[in-house]
Amino acid sequence: MKQTPETAFSHRHLLGIEGLSPIDITTILDLAGGYVDQSRRVHKTSDLLNGLTVINLFFENSTRTRTSFEAAAKRLGADVINMTVAASSIKKGETLIDTAMTLNAMHPDVLVVRHGNSGAVRLLSEKVDGAVINAGDGRHEHPTQALLDALTIRRRLGKIGGLTVAICGDVAHSRVARSNIQLLQTMGARVRLIAPPTLLPAKAERFGVEVFTDMREGLQDVDIVMMLRLQLERMQGAFVPSVREYFRFFGLDREKLSYAKPDALVMHPGPMNRGVEIDSELADDIDRSLIREQVEMGVAIRMACLDLLTRPLRETGAP
Amino acid sequence: MLKGRIAYLNARLLDPETGLDEMGALLVEDGMIADFGAHLFRTGAPSVNEVIDCQGKCLSPGLIDVRVQLREPGEEHKETLASASLAASHGGITTLVQLPNTTPVIDDVPVLEFVARRSRELKRTKIFCYGALTKGLKGHEISEIGLLSEAGAVAFTDGERALADAKIMRRAMSYGKAFNALIVQHPEEPSLAGSGVMNNGEMASKLGLAGIPPVAEVIMVERDLRLLEGTGGRLHFAHVTTAASIEVIRKAKAAGLDVTCDTAPHYFALNELAIGDYRTFAKVSPPLRSESDRQAVVAGLVDGTIDIVASDHAPHDQDSKRLPFDEAAFGVIGLETLLPMILSLYHNNHMSLNEALALVTTHPAKRFGLTGGCLKRGAPADLVLFDLDKPWKIDEDAMHSKSKNSAFGGRPVQGKVLRTVVDGRPLFAADGF
Repeated sequence: MKQTPETAFSHRHLLGIEGLSPIDITTILDLAGGYVDQSRRVHKTSDLLNGLTVINLFFENSTRTRTSFEAAAKRLGADVINMTVAASSIKKGETLIDTAMTLNAMHPDVLVVRHGNSGAVRLLSEKVDGAVINAGDGRHEHPTQALLDALTIRRRLGKIGGLTVAICGDVAHSRVARSNIQLLQTMGARVRLIAPPTLLPAKAERFGVEVFTDMREGLQDVDIVMMLRLQLERMQGAFVPSVREYFRFFGLDREKLSYAKPDALVMHPGPMNRGVEIDSELADDIDRSLIREQVEMGVAIRMACLDLLTRPLRETGAP
Repeated sequence: MLKGRIAYLNARLLDPETGLDEMGALLVEDGMIADFGAHLFRTGAPSVNEVIDCQGKCLSPGLIDVRVQLREPGEEHKETLASASLAASHGGITTLVQLPNTTPVIDDVPVLEFVARRSRELKRTKIFCYGALTKGLKGHEISEIGLLSEAGAVAFTDGERALADAKIMRRAMSYGKAFNALIVQHPEEPSLAGSGVMNNGEMASKLGLAGIPPVAEVIMVERDLRLLEGTGGRLHFAHVTTAASIEVIRKAKAAGLDVTCDTAPHYFALNELAIGDYRTFAKVSPPLRSESDRQAVVAGLVDGTIDIVASDHAPHDQDSKRLPFDEAAFGVIGLETLLPMILSLYHNNHMSLNEALALVTTHPAKRFGLTGGCLKRGAPADLVLFDLDKPWKIDEDAMHSKSKNSAFGGRPVQGKVLRTVVDGRPLFAADGF
């Protein structure tokens, strides 16, 4: 694997997979490979980002993603500030832009932002001086999740191009699905969406994907099955009639998985609803499930993103 | 009203009602149109108080904008009657009709009279009001249609909201007939629109925004037309935006129902792609639609299915628009861009100049029972003088509305207002006019 310190990665922020070239994506994945090794050492911390400040600004509750970003920044030696803004304090009158301006005055070098509204992270990025990483905006994008999924796949199968990947479940409300569709297609994989029609985005077929409403049909000969989380409030009549009906027709179990390639692998962005979208025992099967590996790759990908986005800053030494 | 005689010489006289389009002169006497035509002042200098040389530019009836949200009373930081009036005069608008969604709501005679009095005091643009169709715009009880009509309400609507309850809508249409009331519906089935913020489709899926399916519009249009068949009365659909609903209205008109409709410039000049990267100045209700729907709106204007164009002026301050797309307010301003956008229908060869002007003059005047909208001897001199071809670029910061949320900022257009006249008095005059 070739390491290129003088990379051509020219993006100021990481707001989405849209706009990233195959070379950009490969650059991030290559760099992250090294950070996997660093994370497996006993002494995991380097001083690459010494003196730099990373703020994790989360407008939505998240333990996993925030912790992953925090671990990544700390392993690179940055100072990390976690800020969780409850929806209630926004309602008190402080707008997103007010919050952005306030934090900007504290001179963060990187802002990692999650927000419940699509487009909100882009809006914030226009008002701050530092680099912004989108940690999930509404139903729009969650680029580091797609990148960590890509790294997981590449390490296990050696490639992404030419694979057939099925993304199953609540595609309509999923930022993970949107980022993954873009990334997988950019890297030359074929993408299928499998979901009940109520959970498919409008005009999904225009995304250049194949669309299925039957799991067995859609899973035929796929290499990778990506399951999506179904939010509790969407299970009880609003989009699907019940949990048991959903699991029966759209939950992944061994029987449905048998339609995929014999060695097909299973992924899930977490947190899982066991017995809703995925069979509990299958999720824990280390031969088929990549779920734990995904979490490990998450930290490495986020280290790579922090590294790349702070390079101009560290090279010039000027804020 | 202005005492005295003012002569407008060397004008291209346009009257959308009669189709008049000829060079000539127009005489205003004590605020009224005294005479006009090619014959006027052909021999000898007129004996008048003032002479305006129109230099061959277009002189037409002042524009009538039947769908304007003003924020007075209640939200004067966004717009006042005075600021809207100033914007209207720069836009060639001489009469406007205000939606009832103020605070308090215009569902009561004293509120209506407050607006009428403020408008009289300003002595600028003629401002009329809709009455609320239901009390508090809540959709549950019909408002005092009779008393409000008597006090001067020109039509009845729940404004930005659809009257969703079919039973109440049926009663309102039926009751309104006793007062010959014009009922105006915002056609959008709320249970389908849900929490949607833009048109449902590929673009909404890509941006991850909740969509409003186009079918939400035609369902409400079809329902109300069925009700109209039973109740009779006069029905008008505000801002229609989809091919399907325009087709349904076309058939209803052919069947003889008393129905009309309007649209706004953004629905014939823009499509959903204007949202780009979450541009909240393109967030409107109903939402900007697909390109094929936009083309259907143009076709509806050309064949007369769509009778009227109104600006749909909805002023919002920065705090209401500089937000994530989901949370930003719906609406754009439009008073100062109405004329050039109407003229674009002519410049793009969709229709003749008088046909384009009819959409904002004689058609709204007739449907809403307003004076003006035509050149007539003895009628109030509400006029606009404009340069048909002058190219310029829309600059929202140069606008006179208190709010700057234009969807057309930076757009190159043709056609500029030179002078706006209400009851003979110039409210705005460009240099040299």
